[in-house]
Amino acid sequence: MRGLIKAAVVFALAAGGFANFGPVNAGEDLPAGVTVVKAPAAKGGPLAEILSGWGSRSKSTQQLQQDDFENPGYLWVDKGETLWNTVDGKAGKSCATCHDDASVSMKGVGAAMPKWDAKLGRPMTLEQRVNACRTDNMEAKEWKWESDQMLSMTAYVKNQSRGMPVNVQADGPMEPWVKRGKELYYTRVGQLNMSCANCHEANYGKFIRADYLSQGQSNGFPTYRLKWQKVGSLHRRFKGCMKNIRAKPYKRGSDEFVAMEIYLAQRGKGLQVESPAVRN
Amino acid sequence: MKHAKKIVTVCGAVVMAWSAGIAIAGVTKPGDVKFDDTKVTAPLTNEAGDAAKGKLLFSNRKKGNCLACHVNKDLADKPFHGEIGPPLDGVASRYSASEMRGILINAKVALSDETIMPGFYMVNTGARVAKKFKGKTILSAQQIEDILAYLQTLKE
Ligand code: HEC
Ligand code: HEC
Repeated sequence: MRGLIKAAVVFALAAGGFANFGPVNAGEDLPAGVTVVKAPAAKGGPLAEILSGWGSRSKSTQQLQQDDFENPGYLWVDKGETLWNTVDGKAGKSCATCHDDASVSMKGVGAAMPKWDAKLGRPMTLEQRVNACRTDNMEAKEWKWESDQMLSMTAYVKNQSRGMPVNVQADGPMEPWVKRGKELYYTRVGQLNMSCANCHEANYGKFIRADYLSQGQSNGFPTYRLKWQKVGSLHRRFKGCMKNIRAKPYKRGSDEFVAMEIYLAQRGKGLQVESPAVRN
Repeated sequence: MKHAKKIVTVCGAVVMAWSAGIAIAGVTKPGDVKFDDTKVTAPLTNEAGDAAKGKLLFSNRKKGNCLACHVNKDLADKPFHGEIGPPLDGVASRYSASEMRGILINAKVALSDETIMPGFYMVNTGARVAKKFKGKTILSAQQIEDILAYLQTLKE
C-alpha cells in the first residue's frame, strides 16, 4: 500500500486516474449487487486476504460496475434472458421449458460451478453444462465456447447468483482436479518463464507497466472487458495471460483450464459472484 | 587500464566461441555462457555495447521491456514504470558489469531461483513455449551488451 501511494501519485495522471485502491466492504464503493470485495483468507493458504479484481480497477471502470444501467455486460445478460425463453432444437424446448423461472431455478447454480457430474465422472463448467442440456435435452446444436450465445447464456445464469458467495466443491472426487489446477497455477510457462502465482500471488497490488495487478480471481466472469469491447469467458482470460508470457495456451474447455477454473474458484472462496463484472 | 581489460575479456569471448565451434564469429551461444558464481565476465560478443541502443531496448515492450517491472528516473519522460522489481536508478554503483551481465542473461542463477525476472539470454525457459519463440532467446547477445552498456550509465 505504501509503494502504491507513491505509484499512484507518479502514474495517476498518465494512467487517467487510478485513484481508488484498497477496497473496503462499506459505503457506496462497491459493485452493484455485491457486499463483499475483500474477504479473510483461509488459514494456511497462500494469500493474506482474498481480493476481488474490482478493487484493482480505476475509479471510472469501477463506476461502470456500480450501476446496472451503465454496465455494458448487461447487454449480454439481456440477450441471455431472451435465449433462455427461446425454443431451439428438434425436441422443441427452451431452457425455460425444463427450468422455468431462472431467477428461482438458477439461483446459486453459477456460484457453485464447475460442478461434479456423477454420470460423466468429471466436473462440468457452466459452458459444458449448457451444451449438455442443448444436445441431450433439446436436441439442439452445441454453442461454441466464445460465441455470443454462450457468453450471453453464461452471463445470464451467473447473474442469477450475483452477490452469493463463491461455493465450489473442492473435496471428494473434485480433489484431484483442485490438485491439478494448483499444479498448473504454480508451473512456470512460456519464454518469459512465469507462473500465474508470479504475478497474481507474489505481485498483486503492484503495477506491471500500465497494468495494476489483481489476484486474478474468477468471481466476475464472464466479464465485460473494455479492451475486448465485449463480454469474455474465464478461459479466454487464461489464454490471454498465457500468451502474454509467450506460452502456448491450453484450449478453452480443456481439462487443464477446467482444473484451473476449479482451483481458482476454490482459491477465491469468500468472494461473491459479480458477473458480469467490468474490467479494463 | 580499463581499456586493456576490455580487450582481454573480448578476446576471451572469441576464444570461447571458437572452442564451442560457433558459426557467428565472436558470439557466445546461450548454452555456452559461463557463469562464475553469479557473474558472467566475458562479453557475449566482440562488438562493444551501444548505450543509446540499450536505452531504447530497455523500454521497448517487445524487447527488454525492463520498464514493465523497474522504475528508472532516467526514462521519466516515458509513462508507466512498473514496480515489480527494485528501481534501477544508480544500479551501476551497486553492481559490476559482470554481475549485471549475469542478471540479464539468467536472473534465476544471478539473483534467485524464485525471481519473476525473465532470463533474457537463455533457451531452457518455461514449459509450453509458444511456437514463435521456441528455441529463441528474448534478446540477442548484442542486445544484452547494449542494455548492459546503458545500465552502466546509471550511476548514483
Ligand atoms: C506477466 C504477468 C501475468 C501472469 C504470469 C499471469 N497474469 Fe493473469 N493478469 C495479468 C494482468 C496484467 C491482468 C489484468 C489486471 C488484473 O486483473 O490483474 C490479469 C488478469 C487476470 C484475470 C482477471 C481478473 C479479473 O478480476 O478480471 C484472471 C482470472 C487471471 N489473470 C488469471 C491468470 C492465470 C490463471 C494465470 C496463469 C496461467 C495468469 N493469470 C498469469 C497478468 C498476468
Ligand atoms: C517481470 C519483471 C521483470 C522484468 C521484465 C525485468 N526485471 Fe529486473 N528484476 C525483477 C525483480 C523482481 C528483481 C529483484 C530480484 C527478485 O527479488 O526477484 C529484479 C532485479 C534486477 C536487477 C538487480 C537490481 C537490484 O538493485 O538488486 C537488475 C540490474 C535488473 N533487474 C535489470 C533488469 C533489466 C535491465 C531488465 C530488462 C532487460 C529487467 N531487469 C527486466 C523483475 C523484472
